[in-house]
This record gives sequence, structure tokens and C-alpha cells, in this order.
Amino acid sequence: MENSIQIQVNGEQRSCRADTTIGDLLRELAIQAERVAVELNLEIMDRKDFDDRRLKQGDRVEILSFIGGGAPVSAQAIGRGCTHAG
Amino acid sequence: MQDDRLIIAGHEFTSRLFVGTGKYKDFAETKKAIEASGADVVTVAVRRVNITDRSKENLLDYIDPKKYTILPNTAGCYNVEDAVRYSRLARAAGVSDLIKLEVLGDERTLFPDTAGLIEAAKILVKEGFIVLPYTNDDPIVAQKLVDIGCPAVMPLAAPIGSGLGIRNPYNLKIIMEMIKVPIIVDAGVGTASDAALAMELGADAVLMNTAIAGAQDPIAMAEAMKYAVQAGRLAYKAGRIPRKLYATASSPIEGML
Repeated sequence: MENSIQIQVNGEQRSCRADTTIGDLLRELAIQAERVAVELNLEIMDRKDFDDRRLKQGDRVEILSFIGGGAPVSAQAIGRGCTHAG
Repeated sequence: MQDDRLIIAGHEFTSRLFVGTGKYKDFAETKKAIEASGADVVTVAVRRVNITDRSKENLLDYIDPKKYTILPNTAGCYNVEDAVRYSRLARAAGVSDLIKLEVLGDERTLFPDTAGLIEAAKILVKEGFIVLPYTNDDPIVAQKLVDIGCPAVMPLAAPIGSGLGIRNPYNLKIIMEMIKVPIIVDAGVGTASDAALAMELGADAVLMNTAIAGAQDPIAMAEAMKYAVQAGRLAYKAGRIPRKLYATASSPIEGML
């Protein structure tokens, strides 16, 4: 499909419409925007920009929220940034 | 104990017990244990949202951020870069500048990497974070963290989750005498007497997770910890008697036959 793009969300490949915003993506995933932090290509997004910022082919999105802690839960940790992948 | 509030960077707390939210069976148990503990401050970790299984409940459905002070941590971070990244994400996900800063040095001991901790604290304080650093029981490092601008320091009692209790009461005592900001003893507490001892030494608060979550009855242990922290605080303020090698009779000799 010409008007669809491939992005990576929390380490998983995903396709979406070419004009999808971060806000659209969160709604599609049934995630409440006020409870998460979103990092787009290692840049932390301001919540008020979620509905304006459109995603591009190859974008890497990380969506994070608070979980029980305490103790380290390394299995669920976010991927390391592309600047220091390896 | 109404007039004995703990104040950290303008945040006021009635309870001197801070609790973690990890390792519980489910969120319902987490909620009950936190209620039983009477804690005002609740620590959380920042992790990826599960996007494949959206049926998973959210911790904040159980822990009301209006009722509790949510203290995000950087648990699981082993370098300055990650700790700073997670701190920024925590601020973006939450509502405050509070961060419990952990920069761990080693997976086996989970001891803090104090050099990394100081470096990360410097960066975060400059960015306006209220940094509560998890540190070793080292008075010199604690003072450096205060000099950077940390409004409290959190020295460990023993390795995280070890339940070994207060391993070095003398170092903790030196920290409490030297350092002029609140001291929160964090990690290593195993049972109620450990928490009471920390408070009797003069700690301003105690933070724990595993000692409650890992107990056979976490809710009962949460309540025990509430009383232990209160008892320890009262004993500290009351001023204990000095230790003496020999007996001192507490009944008068006069009037004996």
C-alpha cells in the first residue's frame, strides 16, 4: 500500500497510515495519553504535541508507563538507543 | 505524630515509611499492602507499555496519584546515560520532578555505582529534577550528593532485596550526624525490627519493597512496618538510655528489711 508506512513501536514492526499522528497511534492501541511518556527516535515528546506530530517511515516509537518497582525488571526494559546499539 | 511531618523539597509527608510496588502477586494485593503500610510515598518503575496485550491493567488504576506521591525510580539502569534517559521519561509520564535515582554498578550486588550516581545527579539537578539518590552507606559520597543539590539522600542498609537488615549502623549514624538533609534508609530491610533500628539511629524515613512484598503475608507485614517505623521514630525522639556494662537497680534499696 502506497499510503502506509512501516514504523517500530516498542521494538516491534508495525504498519500504519502515512498521516498517523502519535495521538492516533495511542488511540489505536487503546493507551491513555496522560499516563504514558512517548519517545520518538530518542526524543521525548511533549504530550501537547501528540496530535500534531506525524509519524514517518522508519520512525522508532517507545511508549512507556509506570509499573510496579522496586526491583529491576530488566526483561521489560526499553531497547538501547540507536546511537549506542550493540 | 501529626506535628512530625517529613519535608523534602517542599513536599510534605505524614508517614516516614516509603514503599515500593514491585514483586506483588497482583495489583489488588499491591493496593492493600500500601494501604496497610500507611505510606504517602510509593515508588514505581518506568517500563515499556505492553502493546500486544492491552488487557493488562495499569498500576495507576490501583494507586491513585492524587492520594499518593508517586516516586519513579531508575531501577535497572547501569550507566549514567540510561539513568538520565529514564528520569526524563519518568517526568514525561508523570506529573512531578521527583526521581529516585539509581545507577547500579553490578547485577549480583545491585550496589550503587557512586561515581555514575554523582555524574547523573549533577545532570538531573541542573534540569530541575528533585533527585533522591540511592547510594552506598558512604558519608563522603552522601555529602557530595548534597553539595550537588540533592534534597535528601538514600543510603542502603544492605543489598536490595537481601533482607540482611542494617549491616553498618555506624556508617549510617555518621551519615545522619554529618548530613543536614533528610536521610532515607533504602534497601536491605528484612523485618520490622530492622526498620525500627533504622529510625532509632535517626533516619528520617525508611524505604522498602521486598521486605513487605516478599513476606508470607504482605499485608500484615506492611502493617508491622508501619508500627515499626512509628515506634523507631518515637524512640529516637524520646532519647534512649546509654548502654552500660553492669546493672543499675531500678527499685530503691531504702525500705528493704
